[in-house]
Amino acid sequence: MIELISQPWPWYVAGAGIALVLFLANWLGGEFGVSGALGTMCSMCGAGKKVPFFNVNWRNQLWNVVFVFGALIGGFVAGTWLSSPNDIQLSAATVQDLGNLGITDFTGLAPAEVFGLDQIFTLRTLVFAILGGFLVGFGTRYAGGCTSGHAISGLSNLQLPSLIAVIGFFIGGLAMTHLLLPFFMNL
Amino acid sequence: MKLIKFLLLGIFFGIVMTKSEVVSWFRIQEMFRFQAFHMYGVIGTAVVLGAIIVFLIKKTKLKNNEGHPIEFHDKAFSIYRYLFGGIIFGLGWALTGACPGPIFVLIGNGYVVFILVALSAILGTFTYGLIRDKLPH
Repeated sequence: MIELISQPWPWYVAGAGIALVLFLANWLGGEFGVSGALGTMCSMCGAGKKVPFFNVNWRNQLWNVVFVFGALIGGFVAGTWLSSPNDIQLSAATVQDLGNLGITDFTGLAPAEVFGLDQIFTLRTLVFAILGGFLVGFGTRYAGGCTSGHAISGLSNLQLPSLIAVIGFFIGGLAMTHLLLPFFMNL
Repeated sequence: MKLIKFLLLGIFFGIVMTKSEVVSWFRIQEMFRFQAFHMYGVIGTAVVLGAIIVFLIKKTKLKNNEGHPIEFHDKAFSIYRYLFGGIIFGLGWALTGACPGPIFVLIGNGYVVFILVALSAILGTFTYGLIRDKLPH
């Protein structure tokens, strides 16, 4: 059983799993949207005293932060006991493109050249982590949702605003991947 | 009790995200380069099944486990906030290879650098709250 689970899961299993999470999150009296937890964390830290936007009763939203903490534990469980010994089967074209950008290590879930702990005090890694994280946190609250809230929950509920947001995700993602990433990789 | 259920749901989510490689920076690059079907298959399956689930919940007026009707709220229409906010998030998504959920899943997988990503994402959210009155929505 463990051996079967330890294989990489195909896309349709993942898609069904995410849909199940969407259902259970609603059935348990919440909703499926991860980026809201970042706002709840701000409220928990007392941001509501200075910024009215965060002046909400965060205890009612605590389930969202607990869900995210669970996701962290789930990552630990999967990485520790269910991990597959093989590298991810990436498309050859992607390996070549990323190779041209200077990435040679395709083991694990993120390139060691950029996200390895030994790189943490290099300019490139600090820019990827701090600028990247900031854009994610700022953009998701501005858009009112992320991949889960808009692409999954919103599109499942046939929301036009969510479609606009997802189009925005791709405009930003394509611009970063094809225009800006070479610059950041050369830092 | 509700919190324990969401903790367990989060753990399941973290395992699904890791085992399906959705948290992989490489997979996100593959997606934005249109070089593999994997991510589109994941999101597409989730949306199609999700749409059926939402339709059935509305149709059967299903109640949640606390006995209240499950409600879906329509999002207020606008273009600016969804498009501009979406673009800003998309830039960060392709740079870090992670949307908000995977940031935490990657920390659990031992990627310490993503603690920095998470802290910066919280700071980004705070900054939005600080200047939101000055932004077009």
